[in-house]
Amino acid sequence: MNYDSMSMENILDHYKNPHNKGKVQKVDVINREKNPSCGDEIEVSATLNEQKEIVAVKFDGHGCAISQAAISMLTDDLSGKKIDAVMKIDKEDVLELLGIDIAPMRIKCAMLGLRVLQRGILKYEGKDSQMVSLSEI
Amino acid sequence: MLDVKKIRSDFPILHRKVHGKPLVYLDSAASSQKPKQVIDAISHYYMTSHANIHRGIHALGEEATAAYEEAHQRTAHFINAASWREIIFTKNTTESLNLLAYTLTQMWKKGDEIIVSRKEHHSNFVPWQQCAAMHGLVLKIVEITPEGFVDVEHLRSLLTPQTKLVSIAHMSNVLGTVNDIKKIAQVVHANRTNDGDCTLISVDGAQSVPHMPVDVQDLDCDFLSFSSHKMLGPTGIGVLYGKKKLLEKMPAFLFGGGMVGTVTEKETRCGDLPWKFEAGTPNIAGAVGFSAALTYLQNIGMENVWKHDQELAHYALQRLKEQKDVTIYGSTSPKALRGAAISFTLAGVHAHDVISILDQEGIAVRAGHHCAQPLLDSMNLAATVRLSCYVYTTKEEIDACIAALDKVRKVFCR
Repeated sequence: MNYDSMSMENILDHYKNPHNKGKVQKVDVINREKNPSCGDEIEVSATLNEQKEIVAVKFDGHGCAISQAAISMLTDDLSGKKIDAVMKIDKEDVLELLGIDIAPMRIKCAMLGLRVLQRGILKYEGKDSQMVSLSEI
Repeated sequence: MLDVKKIRSDFPILHRKVHGKPLVYLDSAASSQKPKQVIDAISHYYMTSHANIHRGIHALGEEATAAYEEAHQRTAHFINAASWREIIFTKNTTESLNLLAYTLTQMWKKGDEIIVSRKEHHSNFVPWQQCAAMHGLVLKIVEITPEGFVDVEHLRSLLTPQTKLVSIAHMSNVLGTVNDIKKIAQVVHANRTNDGDCTLISVDGAQSVPHMPVDVQDLDCDFLSFSSHKMLGPTGIGVLYGKKKLLEKMPAFLFGGGMVGTVTEKETRCGDLPWKFEAGTPNIAGAVGFSAALTYLQNIGMENVWKHDQELAHYALQRLKEQKDVTIYGSTSPKALRGAAISFTLAGVHAHDVISILDQEGIAVRAGHHCAQPLLDSMNLAATVRLSCYVYTTKEEIDACIAALDKVRKVFCR
């Protein structure tokens, strides 16, 4: 990880001044989970329209710069997306958003927020949330 | 005094670079590095003497058996066990504690109690919690003092005639604090259970045995568990010490070859100690490497290892105390009995972010809950940074770690 890069500046910016922090007013999707290996905890809540598109999304929680910045950046990009499309977002997308090389042991930090949201969507759809794993490698 | 320079020359890995910088390895509480004497012993064994043990009556089988049994004897000597038959090889401390939990709790009745402390590693917490649930037993938690030691008065108040066993760590892997096991064993043994036996004490020695002289007869502990990989030996081999009269009464843990006396269609009689608890082909090469590690430590002398550890602990504590934005967990008193595993946090920066930046500087420390969630929860912490030392650690390495904290501040606190 290069901590002197522009991308890192951006990450630290999101970490210190997170976007979309809190809880949406009309909760359709909500999920709160903890990464058992580091204690980081993220809650993501979202409002959907009839087309099952995200109209509002917010997050809450605490953790390292990587986990908090990643979900802050993601929430900026999610409005208007169908939940099916959200389920398809993957590691490469998140890493591209962060724009830095992440040490393998910290990929799970970067992915926590997205996985919490995806598991929330599975719950909303009445499916087994375990289909998506929290412990990314 | 240790000749640390000479010791370091025995550890090939300490001469590599990480991210272009010299490696500063401050994560020995998680796993120690290995001297070439240990690495060579393992490769020599595979190159010259390997065969299965206790089976073939051929030269290789006999050499391998002799080496494996000698490792038991050396271990017994290292912790001053009364007999080498009291030494059971497992794969690690976790397996040793599982062996104990599974076999002992089978012998107990519904409502019987087990006590563990608030600061236990998950390996000395979860097996008891789960086995208690299986057999309808009660798991009680003894609190720790603000300085990070087991609260002996609270322990006294928890003991009842139903209390079968107390299982606690000798040295905390998070706080580095060392419990007075001798005194605690006296308190525990003074308690009588409703069967007329005394309450037993199991000690998790994963952090203490590598760093200080441990004499099981002097401590009078009933069981002691520890791992080879934290004391210069290979991974995949651990130890359970138990008093012979207790091990004899316990049922076997795993079944299969090697652990039996006689087997008929209907019945199996267990073999002698320690084989009764060592089913299947064991980690023979691991035992050989572990034996070499014990020899290496004995040559240095455990008194000297402990002195070095305490000196480093005091130095690191003093340097960390100078940092205004650092909070140290566990006792920082120069008089406190503690080893050189020190947990701290840096104000405003998550532990994982701290260690990612230290890693860039070639410094290996650990961050997380250190497999002790009940303790960190009680301190309202999700994660700490832990630096930990061993025989090859220098004060200059601690200085390098402290200096690198400035890099962290530069990134996060600007």
